[in-house]
Amino acid sequence: MVTRRSTTVYLWELAWILPSFAIPVGMLAALAVAAFGAGINVTGDQGRIDPRRVAEHPLFKEPGVVEIAPGQYEVRMTARIWSFTPNEIRVPAGSTVHFWATSQDLVHGLLIPRHNINVMLLPGQISHAQARFDTPGEYPIICHEYCGIAHHTMAGKIIVEPRR
Amino acid sequence: MTPADRRLAVANLIVALVALFGGVTTGLFQALGYAGVEIYSSLAPVIRSHYHSLSIHGVLNALVWTTFFISGFLPFVMSRSLGTALASPTLGWVTFWLMVAGLVLAAVPLVGNAATVMFTFYPPLKAHWAFYIGLTLVVVGTWLVTLNLVLTWRAWRARHPGVRTPLPAFMSLVTFAMWTIASLGLAVEMLLVVIPWSLDLVAGTDALLARTLFWFTGHPIVYFWLLPAYLSWYTLVPRQAGGKLFSDPMARTSFILFLILSTPIGIHHQYTDPGIHQGWKLLHALLTFAVFFPSLLTFFNVVASLETAGRARGGTGWVAWFRKLPWADPSVAAQVLAMVLFAFGGIGGLINASFNVNMIVHNTAYIVGHLHLTVGTAVTLTFMGITYWLIPHLAGRPLWSHRLALGQVWLWFAGMMIFSPALHELGLRGMPRRTMIGQVSYMQPEWQTLLPLVGIGGTLLFVSAVLYFANVLLTAVVSRRVPQPAVEFAEAISGADQAPVFLDRWRPWLALAAVLIAIAYGPTLVRLAATTSFASPGFRVW
Ligand SMILES: [Cu+2]
Repeated sequence: MVTRRSTTVYLWELAWILPSFAIPVGMLAALAVAAFGAGINVTGDQGRIDPRRVAEHPLFKEPGVVEIAPGQYEVRMTARIWSFTPNEIRVPAGSTVHFWATSQDLVHGLLIPRHNINVMLLPGQISHAQARFDTPGEYPIICHEYCGIAHHTMAGKIIVEPRR
Repeated sequence: MTPADRRLAVANLIVALVALFGGVTTGLFQALGYAGVEIYSSLAPVIRSHYHSLSIHGVLNALVWTTFFISGFLPFVMSRSLGTALASPTLGWVTFWLMVAGLVLAAVPLVGNAATVMFTFYPPLKAHWAFYIGLTLVVVGTWLVTLNLVLTWRAWRARHPGVRTPLPAFMSLVTFAMWTIASLGLAVEMLLVVIPWSLDLVAGTDALLARTLFWFTGHPIVYFWLLPAYLSWYTLVPRQAGGKLFSDPMARTSFILFLILSTPIGIHHQYTDPGIHQGWKLLHALLTFAVFFPSLLTFFNVVASLETAGRARGGTGWVAWFRKLPWADPSVAAQVLAMVLFAFGGIGGLINASFNVNMIVHNTAYIVGHLHLTVGTAVTLTFMGITYWLIPHLAGRPLWSHRLALGQVWLWFAGMMIFSPALHELGLRGMPRRTMIGQVSYMQPEWQTLLPLVGIGGTLLFVSAVLYFANVLLTAVVSRRVPQPAVEFAEAISGADQAPVFLDRWRPWLALAAVLIAIAYGPTLVRLAATTSFASPGFRVW
C-alpha cells in the first residue's frame, strides 16, 4: 500500500534535518577554535628517521632532559621493547615540557594522563608533544600501545618538583 | 527463498555463532583479568597469556562473528526483498568455503600463539604468514558476496525496468558496495606491504604506511558491521513492533551518505600518529562530523518509526508510547535496547572523532568501552535479536524459550550498563587499553575502585551469551518441527515512490565516493609510499 507523502512527514523531516546539519558544523567550529585559537593541537609531520640508526640522529644521540629556555624543557626520548630512555624525568613545577620521541623497534605509545601528552611512537617517524606541568607530584609515563608480552611493564615517570 | 539459499544462510550463521562463542569466552578471561582474577596460569597451554587471549577475542568477535553473520544475513534479505533466488548458489558456496578456508588458515597460528598481534596487527609485530593470508582470503570472500548480490540485482532489474529497488535490497547492496570500496585499503596493505614481508620476500616494512592503509579499512569496517543492524532497524523492526517505517526516501538518503562518507575518514584513528600533517587530520575530522548527519537521520527515522508502532498499540504522550512497544518479544526487545545503548556509543564516537579532544581518550580503556557499545551491543545485540526470528524460520522450529531469550537480552543490557561506563571512566582517568592491568607497576588508586565493575559487567555479559547459545542450540535440537514464518518487511508511511529517481542510481554515488577518497587519502598515501624505505624489520615478542 502506498500513502501520499503527507505534509506532516515532510515538516518533521525538515525539522530534524536542519539541526542535524547545524550541530556537527557548530561542533567542528568549536574544535577548530580550540586547535588554532587555544593551541590544543595534535602532532604533525616531523619527518622520517631510520629506525635502525636512531642513535645517529642529532635529536636522539643523547636521550635525556635539557633546559632550552627558562621554564622550557626538552625531553629527547627513545622507546624500545620494553622501556623508555630516559625513564625518569625531573622538572620544576610550572615548566613546559617538549617531548621529542621515536621508537627503535615497533609501535609504542607515550601517554601521560591528564597532561595532553598522548602520541604514538612509530619506528621511522619522529613524534612531538608538549604540555605544562604546574602541580608538583609524580606522574606515570605509560606505553599505551600493545608491544609484546611485557607491554604492561613499559613505563616511566615524570617527577614535578616544587618550584625552587 | 530457495532451500539452497536457506542452507547457505544457515552455514554462515553456524560459523558466526561458533566464532562468537570463542570470542565471549576469551572476553570473560579479559574481564576477569581487569578485576584482578588471574586465570592464565590455569589456562596454559591452551591460552598462553592475556595478550594471546585478547588477540583471539578481537579477531573472533570483531572480524569473524560480524563478517560471517552479515554474509549469511544480507543475501537472505536480498533474495526475500527481491522475491528471487540468488543469482548463483554455486558462487555462494564457493564464497563460503573460501571464507572458511581463510578462517582456518588464520585460526591455526592465532590459536597456536603465533599471531598474538591483536586484531589490528600493526607491523612491525610479525605474525605467522598464514594469519595474514587467511584474513585476506576472508576479505576476498566478501567481495564474492558483493558480486553475487550485484548479479542478483541485475537479473531482477532486467525483469523489472523502471521499478524502484526495494529498500532492504537497496540497503544490502549499499552495505556491500561500501565495504568493497573500503576493504581495498586492507587488501593493499596485505598484498603489497604485509604478506611479502611475512614471507621474508622483502626485508622490512613501514609502520605508518601499514597503519594508514589499515585504518582506510579499519574505520569503515565499523559501518560494515553497523549498516546491517540499521537495515534491520529500518526495514524489519517497525513491522515487528506493529508500526511502519516513517520515511523510505530519508532512509535511502542516509544510506547513500554512508556509502559516500564512511571511507574518507579513517585518519581520525591516527590523530596521534606522527608523520601525517595536521591539515589532513582536520579534513578527516570534518568528514567524520559529516557522517554524524546520516547517523542523526537514522536516529530520527528509526525512533519515528518506533513511535508509529507505540501509538498504534495505544501508546500516548511524548515518551510514554515507548512503554507500549512489544517488550515481550525478545527480538524487538534486543534491538530496541541495542538502539538505546547505541545512542551513547554515537556520542562517544563524536568525542573520538574530535581532532583534539581525542588526545584525552586515544588508546585508553575509553575506546574499549566505546567499542563494546558499537560492535559489542549495537551490532551484536541486534544480531542476537535477528537470530531470535531468523533461526526459528531457517530451522523450521519455534524458539525454545521466549522467556529465556528475554532474560538473556536484559542481562546483556544490564551487563553492558556496568561494563561500558566503567571502562569509559577508567579511560578518562588515563588507564591504557590492551594492557595486562593486573600486572602494571603504575597502578593508580583511582583506577582500582572501578576495576571490579569491569569484571562484574563482563561476567554478566558472558552469562547472557551462554543463555543465548543454550537457547539457540535447544531450538535447533529440541524444538519440534513447525514451519516458522519469516518476519515481513515494514511498509513505509512515506514510501519508495516518494524517493527521487537519482537515489536509485549507482554510478554518480560510487564516483563521488571515489573522488572523496582520492582527495582525503591520495596525497598522504602517495607521500608515505614514496618516502618509505621499508626499513623496519619484524619482531615476534610475545
Ligand atoms: Cu611499548
